[in-house]
Amino acid sequence: MRTRFQQELDELRTRLLRMGGLAEQAVDRACQAYIDRDLARCHMVLEGESQINAAEREIDELAFDLLAMQQPMAVDLRFILAVTKINSDLERVGDQAVNIAERVMDMVELPKADLPVDIARMSGAVSAMVRRALESFIEGKAELAQAVLEMDNVVDRMRDEAFITLVKTMNDHPDVTQQAVDALLIARNLERVADHATNIAEDVIFWVRGADVRHNVQQDNLGQETRRVTGV
Amino acid sequence: MGVGIKVEHLDAWFGKTQSLHDISMDIQGSHATAIIGPSGCGKSTFVRCLNRMHETIPDARVSGRVRMGELEVYNGTAAVQIRRRIGMVFQKPNPFPTMSIYDNVAAGLRLNGFHDRRRLDEVVERSLKLSALWEEVKDNLRKKSGASLSGGQQQRLCIARALAVEPQVLLMDEPCSALDPISTGKIEELIFQLKEKFTIVIVTHNMQQASRVAEFTGFFLMGRLVEFDRTEKIFTTPSDKRTEDYITGRFG
Repeated sequence: MRTRFQQELDELRTRLLRMGGLAEQAVDRACQAYIDRDLARCHMVLEGESQINAAEREIDELAFDLLAMQQPMAVDLRFILAVTKINSDLERVGDQAVNIAERVMDMVELPKADLPVDIARMSGAVSAMVRRALESFIEGKAELAQAVLEMDNVVDRMRDEAFITLVKTMNDHPDVTQQAVDALLIARNLERVADHATNIAEDVIFWVRGADVRHNVQQDNLGQETRRVTGV
Repeated sequence: MGVGIKVEHLDAWFGKTQSLHDISMDIQGSHATAIIGPSGCGKSTFVRCLNRMHETIPDARVSGRVRMGELEVYNGTAAVQIRRRIGMVFQKPNPFPTMSIYDNVAAGLRLNGFHDRRRLDEVVERSLKLSALWEEVKDNLRKKSGASLSGGQQQRLCIARALAVEPQVLLMDEPCSALDPISTGKIEELIFQLKEKFTIVIVTHNMQQASRVAEFTGFFLMGRLVEFDRTEKIFTTPSDKRTEDYITGRFG
């Protein structure tokens, strides 16, 4: 039994979960800042970014060391590869939260507009995806990750609806165009967070099952491809 | 070209102790197949059954069927005929210490009654080139003894000696375990080139080595073949939990 190696894998897992917590918190704060037009929360998101970036570097370093020093195989190799990719996705989730926060900081300078878009509902769905993707990683359960993949279509639809209604608003009420553009960009940021959650879920499936399910294609162990059927 | 080896329901015993249980395996011709597993799992016994070396041990016996191409290894074929077609390289390089480099390579041919000097020269040169040793020894073929070479060179000399009798299969039982990383790299590179012409079966404890040189890998445990598949499958997504536990160091 390679006890020290297993301890280092546990350390990698713990650090990634800490990083996941930071990224999840950043998105929640940014969305809450939008809802409450809360500048203090925006600043918290901006200040938290350096912590996420530092965590990303540390995780990459540890993963790199483990690959070089321990020459992992099979499930351990898949785990470390998945961690490096999830790490990168989480860092980008943090970037999207920063983009949202910066957008909110612009918005609060403008008069409040009553826009026909439910960012709160969309952010709730996106946060749930990130949380479940991280849960699937904690539990090592591909079924949980599969559920995240199926939620992505719901968020995509929300984004499409937001685009349609916000463009209509811009045409009908040119005076709130800037606010509508900000909301539209936030919807796009949220949709990208959902994409990262999907990537994380795909990486969990790769780690647990050894199957590549990216780009709606399932590759079995023999390298044969079959289309993934999404539930929505 | 190397021929395929078909092993069917192979059992092997040392006295009353059964060391191999019902092994069936299709070893592809002109490819390298790695045999891995913990100490005592039967991997060396397995390869020694392929060229009938196992039966040279008192009280050892074998049952089952092994076919090398069209040749039946156990039914009706003389052991010497089998061994002529299957070269073997061992863990520790074992050149004949009192013989020159040239004589080491030519030994197998001479033993088979082959004495044409010009033809011997050709075979020695070709074998040493195949084993990637020619450039290092060509000026001292008859002056230097095999034992005067470095460990890595000695191992390549033993490979040249095995290749000189033009085998179809090369069995390698931990050929690099006594070598430094540079010599190991040369042998691995050699295996990579040789497998175009010969069927190679390599027993190794070094899983990185198996993954570097072999297209197929078999995992043995307690005398049984647990899993046999393409090497990338074995080392990335093995089907059997025991294989995964072994290659990830969770036991053994």
